[in-house]
Amino acid sequence: MPNINININGKDYSAITEERQLLVNFIRDEVDLTGTHVGCDTSQCGSCVIHLNGKAIKSCTMLAVQADGAEILTIEGVAEGDNLHPMQEAFREHHGLQCGFCTPGMIMSAIDIINRKPNPDEQTVREELEGNLCRCTGYQNIVKAILSAANK
Amino acid sequence: MYKFRYHKAQSVDEAKKLLTESNEGKILAGGQTLIPTMKQRLASPEILIDIGNIKEIQNIDKKNDSIIIGAGSKHSSVADSNVVISHIPALAELAENIGDPHVRHMGTIGGSISNNDPTADYPAACLGLGATIKTVDREISADNFFTGLFETCLNEDEIVIEVGFPIPKKSCYMKFPNPASRYAMAGVFIAVFNSSVKVAVTGASENGVFRWTKMEDVLSSNFTVSEAENVKLSPEGVMSDIHGDSDYRANLVNVMAKRAVEKLNG
Repeated sequence: MPNINININGKDYSAITEERQLLVNFIRDEVDLTGTHVGCDTSQCGSCVIHLNGKAIKSCTMLAVQADGAEILTIEGVAEGDNLHPMQEAFREHHGLQCGFCTPGMIMSAIDIINRKPNPDEQTVREELEGNLCRCTGYQNIVKAILSAANK
Repeated sequence: MYKFRYHKAQSVDEAKKLLTESNEGKILAGGQTLIPTMKQRLASPEILIDIGNIKEIQNIDKKNDSIIIGAGSKHSSVADSNVVISHIPALAELAENIGDPHVRHMGTIGGSISNNDPTADYPAACLGLGATIKTVDREISADNFFTGLFETCLNEDEIVIEVGFPIPKKSCYMKFPNPASRYAMAGVFIAVFNSSVKVAVTGASENGVFRWTKMEDVLSSNFTVSEAENVKLSPEGVMSDIHGDSDYRANLVNVMAKRAVEKLNG
């Protein structure tokens, strides 16, 4: 089985993994970072979104071995100590979640949106959230939170 | 997923060698189709040869009158490329509307056309712009490349390395996406060149992407919405499923074509 080296949230991990291990399972089961969720497991819901070398991707649709040598950022890595990331803060302030299951993926996608499009309008945010499903909120407060974080 | 071996190739030549030597090997580019297919156990390659890290096939350049896109270029790279945006904006726009942002950060043009999903977007651009597809072994015109549903003329051990798109005077891609999957239920790519008009249709035919020659003939002599409206796609051989029957889909193609002409004349 191959040995892989991955940097996750600034920390280097070296592990032997099976070829067919998905990246999301590696993050959850081997590294014990369970903030990244598995929702649909079919690349649709976006609960598993992480940043791979600075870009948002679905970690359920990538093999851990593909990420050998990569830098990964998960939801656990965005806050600085006790200080929430501005996007997390905006989700809290605007009540951008109800059950919270989709939230890690939503926040990782939202940060990626603002990285690429610093001043999006509402339409852009809604289009950019195409790959993230939320079954509770109706998206209103999620969109509100992202727009407010963009303005900060 | 069934078990498989995995190799990260450092060059196209290495990938080609491994693929030729392998029995039931598959090339892994972005994996946005292949991995879901393997998860469902619909594919069970013995070895995956990962070409995702090979920089030499991720270039995007203008060469003479064409835009050359390396097969490993991500959809997001094509969508954001200034070269593509300034010379073939319809192609950048097409890439910007594939799947969702996460898929676009991984999926590649080479993977998309090699898979030739009948509802994929890139095949329509390749046919509509008269692209040339370069593999490790040869150059293939788009007209010969796409041969049917998920079928191409690629040999078992052939790897696409770049796609060359001739720059048209103007072009437009109109797509009616399935609201759930974002795959095209009907997608029409129209490109206007000095002496010809090309029209390619994806998402509709049971045989995959095709050139709508009847529409091409009409638009070549008279590029107007009213002429376009007179041409109707026959529902015969058009896909029929829970998302839409063949009459409905054929009509969608007509509407997308009309809108494309409208936009190009606007």
